[in-house]
Amino acid sequence: MKTRSAMTDLKIRASQNVGLLTAIAIFAVFYIFYNLNHPRGFSTAVLIQNSNEVYALAMVAMAQTLPVLLGGLDLSVGAVMTLVNTLASHVLNGTPFEMFLGFLACVAAGAACGFVNGCVVVYGRLQPIIATLATGAVYIGFALFLRPSPGGDVDGDLSWAMTNDLFEIAATYGFAENGEAAWFKTIAWIPTPLVLLILTAVLIWMPFRRSVTGRTVYAIGSGEGAAYMSGLNIDRAKIAAFTLGGLFAGLGGLYLALQTSSGNADIPQAGAYTLNSIAAVVVGGTSLLGGVGTAVGSIIGALVLRTISFNFRIFEIDPLLQPLIEGFVLLAAVSLGALRVLKVKNTLELFR
Amino acid sequence: MSSLESTETKRFGISITPENKPIVIASGFVLVILAIGTGYTLATQGTATLLSPTYLLQQLQVGSFLGIVAAGMMLVILLGHIDLSVPWTVAASAMMATAVGGPAAIPVGLTVGLTVGLVNGFGVAYLRIPSMIFTLGVNAVMRGLMVAHTGGFAPQTAATDLMQWLAVGKVLGIPVAILVWAAVSVGMTVLLSRSAVGKSIYMIGNREAAAYLAGIPTRRVIVAAFALCGMASGLAGTLLAGYSTKAYQGMGDAYLLPAIAAVVIGGTHILGGRGRYLGTVVGVILVVLLNSVLSIMQLPEAGRQVIYGCVIILMLLVYGRGQKVTQ
Amino acid sequence: MRNENEQIASKPGKPTSHQLPHVVLTGISKRYGGVTALDTVDFACSRGSIHAVLGENGAGKSTLIKIMSGVVQPDAGQMSIAGQPVVFPNPASANAAGVICIFQELSLMPDLTVADNISIADPPRRFGLIDSRAQRRRAEEVLASIGCEDVNPLSRIRDLPLSRRQMVEIGKALTKNPSVLILDEATSALTAADVEKVFDILHRLRDQGLSILTISHRMHEIEAIADMCSVFRNGRHIETFVEGTRTNTEIVQMMIGREITAHFPPKHERPPDDPSAAPVLETRGLNWEGRLTDINLTVRRGEIVGLGGLDGQGQKELLLGLAGVLKSVSGEILINGKKTSVSSPEAAKAEGAEIALIPEDRKTEGLMLGMSIADNLTAASLGRYSRFQILDSAAVTEAVRSGIERMRIKVGSPEDPVSTLSGGNQQKVVIAKWLLTEPKIILLNDPTRGIDVGTKQEIYRLLRELADNGASILFYSTDYEELIGCCDRVDVMYDGRIVRELVGDEINEHEIIASALNIEGGEVPDFLAGSDGQGGAV
Repeated sequence: MKTRSAMTDLKIRASQNVGLLTAIAIFAVFYIFYNLNHPRGFSTAVLIQNSNEVYALAMVAMAQTLPVLLGGLDLSVGAVMTLVNTLASHVLNGTPFEMFLGFLACVAAGAACGFVNGCVVVYGRLQPIIATLATGAVYIGFALFLRPSPGGDVDGDLSWAMTNDLFEIAATYGFAENGEAAWFKTIAWIPTPLVLLILTAVLIWMPFRRSVTGRTVYAIGSGEGAAYMSGLNIDRAKIAAFTLGGLFAGLGGLYLALQTSSGNADIPQAGAYTLNSIAAVVVGGTSLLGGVGTAVGSIIGALVLRTISFNFRIFEIDPLLQPLIEGFVLLAAVSLGALRVLKVKNTLELFR
Repeated sequence: MSSLESTETKRFGISITPENKPIVIASGFVLVILAIGTGYTLATQGTATLLSPTYLLQQLQVGSFLGIVAAGMMLVILLGHIDLSVPWTVAASAMMATAVGGPAAIPVGLTVGLTVGLVNGFGVAYLRIPSMIFTLGVNAVMRGLMVAHTGGFAPQTAATDLMQWLAVGKVLGIPVAILVWAAVSVGMTVLLSRSAVGKSIYMIGNREAAAYLAGIPTRRVIVAAFALCGMASGLAGTLLAGYSTKAYQGMGDAYLLPAIAAVVIGGTHILGGRGRYLGTVVGVILVVLLNSVLSIMQLPEAGRQVIYGCVIILMLLVYGRGQKVTQ
Repeated sequence: MRNENEQIASKPGKPTSHQLPHVVLTGISKRYGGVTALDTVDFACSRGSIHAVLGENGAGKSTLIKIMSGVVQPDAGQMSIAGQPVVFPNPASANAAGVICIFQELSLMPDLTVADNISIADPPRRFGLIDSRAQRRRAEEVLASIGCEDVNPLSRIRDLPLSRRQMVEIGKALTKNPSVLILDEATSALTAADVEKVFDILHRLRDQGLSILTISHRMHEIEAIADMCSVFRNGRHIETFVEGTRTNTEIVQMMIGREITAHFPPKHERPPDDPSAAPVLETRGLNWEGRLTDINLTVRRGEIVGLGGLDGQGQKELLLGLAGVLKSVSGEILINGKKTSVSSPEAAKAEGAEIALIPEDRKTEGLMLGMSIADNLTAASLGRYSRFQILDSAAVTEAVRSGIERMRIKVGSPEDPVSTLSGGNQQKVVIAKWLLTEPKIILLNDPTRGIDVGTKQEIYRLLRELADNGASILFYSTDYEELIGCCDRVDVMYDGRIVRELVGDEINEHEIIASALNIEGGEVPDFLAGSDGQGGAV
């Protein structure tokens, strides 16, 4: 009896997460395929490089997840990332204490942008998509103030330590016998961005999801009227969601600054990140209608998108054809959702 | 609440329906922008450049391209959808039109737009993929096609004379581009307020299930709206190529967000079902004038972005806030 | 059914002296724009009693309970609970004071699980985070207490049938320890067995001293549970009386404020159609996805055929299938003897089929709420007023006028949003919209659900009139009084099949219930057969 009910539970959970499971499967296939064909496949160096390229997009995708769960869309995530990136290029240097303050300033700036978005949406009662279209322009404006032209000064050690494996952190900052300690050996190869990614998911996202506010976000996306009737604090949850989204986007921008050792108020790049974040969210199994999905799925979505480009490099696909193939893969991925249409036998179910 | 509003509007002696309120406010804001800009030029140059018919016509001419894109975008937004494939539809139409050249240039440009629109419509209406994501993918594919086609550089081919005339020519002192926009506008007005398709678009935007059950051919209407939107982008791209005599990479990038902004500033609800075409025209004029006044003031790009964003938010806040869930 | 050792007199009892007013409303008024929803209403309900509020749609019942549960705030007047004045700025504050409302529109989040929904407002927590195990246990307990052990707490609400959702809704309300429980048409989607369970629960809660307020349009349900009744009309509190002290006719009169002559128009003794002529609508062996099995039915010209049975036995699917909404339906549909394929509502209304479907949910399926009355009226018949896609505005205006006149819809201006109309008038708009297409076959999916008495009567009359003028009508209703009163024949469905066809005198309560439960006559539960049919249309 007990086992049977455990099986049903598992079945129910699986059926509720088909999108996420599919994304994980796609990622696994693509990534293993990539490593099999890479001359130095399954090596730390490759893993480091890959995780470096993933972190910012994964963060922006997580940022996008929250408004999407609410049933909205945030067109400013790329802009927030860019703004924090330009800010970081000014403040991530000096003494360790100064750098720490700089780090806090960057995180706070990202959260503040999200908070403003949330307030405009909640108190201005504007649709998120249009409100963030506007605030995005404002944030890009601020970014241009901070960095009219690309450049900046980011602490080299920090940048080096954060964008390599754990060994380099230990070596740079001299703990665990400069990374040579025997106990440290087993984990020394893990890329730092990967650790950061997991930490962000486990320490920020997971608790949020299991908090009352987090669940209110899901409730709002599922049915705002019903959530209100249930006596939930809708305004607070919305603002919290946007703020957390801003924080994630800010972390992405911060990392971008570490990765490039500079800041750049690059408008097309901001736009590209925003659009890719939407794609990652969808690939990760989150419904654009709200209420269904997780930020973990969006991380997987970002991984899928990036892995596609990794494969291009391996196969030396004509760079001129790459955007085309990328486009088709994206289109094909989202068209998978159309399979649902074939299964629906009651046309009315398509409209909900 | 609503009775309070109605007495307030009656005080001005005109009845402003909720439908028209954004249009009136946006028009007022256009005048404010003109006044501020004129004040600035009077103070700095001693002339009222902004108010000269030549300048205004020139601005409207530049605005025509955005106006045509926004007209198409409005159809899609009224459905409750969105078309993010505009940037590369514009660019692809321009590139293909210039590449083909000759008398076929314009028809080819329009056909490219129409084709993209049909694909978008198919994906949204038949495959039921959210427009936000499907048109995004189509945009990526179009970009890929054009990069492969041009090798990533601006194509060397030039716009035909007819394209250039349509974009920069003048008839009786009025730029032809404005006339093209006017023709599109007449078509839009008839479509939205007098045709069965137009009514169907509003119905679908309001409640697709109810429209479907009422026997509206919802899928065909959605495809038609996307097709028209694609065609509008194609037309804008063709004209734009004529305006700058050639096509280039990323020429459509500057049209997506301003078009959405213009439509929404004009009072069309971003979730569909509500909005008047006149509002979109006013919204386009507002966006164009705002940009030009900011550039006259020689504000750096940073300041322009900030002001641009603030104006959109401000306008929408003034329109009255959306309903609370409890009504 | 009733607890043996009740201390408080149970129905049909008298209010005893210790039933002190618990919730007291004095001078409550509420206006929406120019419309007065409640006009200086005084109202009270006591502990340990089930209090039914009756009234037509627009009488102010909904506003009353919205005020009591903090969804809207009154313009004037005071409310007190147990002698203490209270003000509820939002539903949360009402909940905190023990006032819990089960709304007609479900307050469940469809994408969340049953367990999430049940504990949504105050989940069990560990270290500040939601304890999903404890939450699940709580859900299991609640589900067991309302007899819904078959529902897995991990299931999403979206995946549950409507009747289960409503039970979860009730379970959710019970977890909040209410002292005042308000039910707004909370049983409308329940199966008969569930209704019985809910009534048992309500009686138990009543006996525990709760104050229970219920709104229902089903007279026999009120008879079954209410201790007290209050009638509202046009925003005023007309009268409160002990249940059973007024006849149904008197109650109905109070509600509509005028004399009712007949509940149902007479079924004419018409000469039967030439039986050799093909029926207008005939199905042969329709099957769909295991939800419809071997459906054979006929509807002849001028006939009203009822679809009966418990809720959710495939009646809705049958109607949707006939209107072309369902895909992969096997079997044959014959119209006027000709095999016809109906692939969409668009094809259904086209020449050759001319089918109209009045859908179940007028707010999401019947109307475009954001659009005007005129736009809604002409939505299905636009093609008739356009040439080369361009609309002839004179023809549109004329159609709108005739639609409003035909259905006697009370409108200010046809350009007003349809959302400003009352529920009954909205339903009239839905029907008028389809009448403008001049359909030969009319399918109705529970068209009178949640509608006031007056409009119901008008709809009954209209149906008979349409049939007399040659339409063929297939009419699904959850209210078997309607089937008895309106239909020439009744097909009763059970588990996706038509299990019985009732004709003539067979169309009575006993037969309908017996075949709905798919049992032989004689085993009908006491409660279901309790209504005497008189005034059951309320």
